[in-house]
Amino acid sequence: MIVEGPVLKFGDKIDTDIIIPAKYLKYTDPNYLAEHAMEPLDPEFHKKASRGVILVAGKVFGMGSSREQAAIALKAAGVKAVLAESFARIFYRNAINNALPVIVVPGVSREVKEGDSVKVNVETGEVMINGNRTLKGKGITGMALEIIKVGGLVNYLNSAR
Amino acid sequence: MPTLTEKILSRASGRKVEPADVVEIRADLVAFHDLTGYHVIEVMEKVGRTQVWNRDGIVVAFDHLAPPPDVRSAEIQSKIRSFIRESKLPNFHDVNFGILHEILIEKYVNPGYVVLAADSHTTTSGALGAFAQGMGASDIAAAAITGKTWMVVPTPFKVELRGTPAKFVTGKDVALKLLGDFKADYFNGMSIEVYVEKPHDFPTDYRATVSNMGIEMNADALMFVPDSETKRYVKQMRGYEPQLVTPDQDANYQESYTIELDKMEPLVAAPHSVDNVRTAREVQGTPVDQVFIGSCTNGRISDFEIAAKILKGRKVKTRCIAIPASYDQFMKAMNSGLIHTLAEAGCVITYGTCGPCLGGHFGIAGPGETILSTSSRNFKGRMGSPDAKVYLAGPAVAAATALKGEITDPRDVE
Repeated sequence: MIVEGPVLKFGDKIDTDIIIPAKYLKYTDPNYLAEHAMEPLDPEFHKKASRGVILVAGKVFGMGSSREQAAIALKAAGVKAVLAESFARIFYRNAINNALPVIVVPGVSREVKEGDSVKVNVETGEVMINGNRTLKGKGITGMALEIIKVGGLVNYLNSAR
Repeated sequence: MPTLTEKILSRASGRKVEPADVVEIRADLVAFHDLTGYHVIEVMEKVGRTQVWNRDGIVVAFDHLAPPPDVRSAEIQSKIRSFIRESKLPNFHDVNFGILHEILIEKYVNPGYVVLAADSHTTTSGALGAFAQGMGASDIAAAAITGKTWMVVPTPFKVELRGTPAKFVTGKDVALKLLGDFKADYFNGMSIEVYVEKPHDFPTDYRATVSNMGIEMNADALMFVPDSETKRYVKQMRGYEPQLVTPDQDANYQESYTIELDKMEPLVAAPHSVDNVRTAREVQGTPVDQVFIGSCTNGRISDFEIAAKILKGRKVKTRCIAIPASYDQFMKAMNSGLIHTLAEAGCVITYGTCGPCLGGHFGIAGPGETILSTSSRNFKGRMGSPDAKVYLAGPAVAAATALKGEITDPRDVE
């Protein structure tokens, strides 16, 4: 499974109150949530992401609350994958459950800059940067990969019956 | 020899586990609140399975939207009430009971339990030695249906609390010390097991604050090793003595850390990060518009005892909001005169709601305002406007700050 696109870059400790503020949590509609993704940092984020982008971030991306809307909002806004030095556990699971590939890539926040074009092999974790350099991340395999492939945990549970 | 983490997860998975194992485990309790509960139910409906695995194993409490601040919140609560009625779930707590995590430790959790809930602060139940962790709506829906989940066994980390807390030092200061010393990403993939040298000098109220903020440390769980204080608390709240599940004497930890409680002083986390930790003295004099004493982090009787002691016979200079975390804590505070003291000092008081902690209602932060809060998060925009600043601290710093209108070390207002 390959995803590719231009990079939007963020720093360390991007928390879920940044990714989708609590005032939007009374709804689960992906399109509504997408419009407010990353709003406290960049109200224009959803416009920039709509062409299909790869997010690159630092440590513990998605720390904080358990709100599943954080993963839903990013995916619906146009984020095809998130590459980070590390992820907060709850966000990581929520992303898989909503078919948003999340890949731990050591060194990614140093080696990749905003606007770079990256190509990511979700299974092997290999990241090609601007067609000429690679970084090795932790690929997604097993049940998590199956969940992503069928479009999330709801589809996975439905297809397993 | 097994740590508490390994003991609990071995029992719950039916096999001997080690750190980094990926295991399927059975839950003892699965819980959700209003703001995540409707989403959990939505997922259950989407997969066409609305039967829960065990009615007694589900706990539901309304807290984030309690009482409803708008029409949509009321609608969300109605939807959940219908589900509770149709599913005949006995452990339901409507708007007049309290915050989910407080209710879990008051009424349901026993040492050694596995607790899964659709809220990150589920780690709070670690105060009683339970392996408790938050998850998203889909994972909790799956757990409610099957009674099971999968997880990666975390690496246990030992923390020892030695001595007796210095004046005005409580659970919040210990949580902030761990965050300041290790930073917010260090414990990712670990479970923290806390040993208390003098159990009754660091009571369950304090422990609940530290466990609560385990998620701010990005720990998978933060558990206090059950001891005589755990027994005392459960007996006092529920009338029975719980069985204690404890690590083996020679349990093996790769890393450990010791905190000398008598050498500590009151701490705060400055904007906009939980690990931006300073002493109260370092930031004293910072003008504050509003103080909030409450939340699942610091909304317990000991918090209001400390605040009332500082505010007795005096008037606050900030807006001050005080919210005991549950009906039980509120009634105890009322019967012992603490509510009277806080109201006389000028605090606005209710109970059993998350209120302003997540910028929901009952005191949202405006642009340019500075808040000092006993809650758990000071992320940009967390308590309202992204242009507000939030400082986190324990109840003593909060009360002293309300009294002076600026951040104040409580040792200066005695």
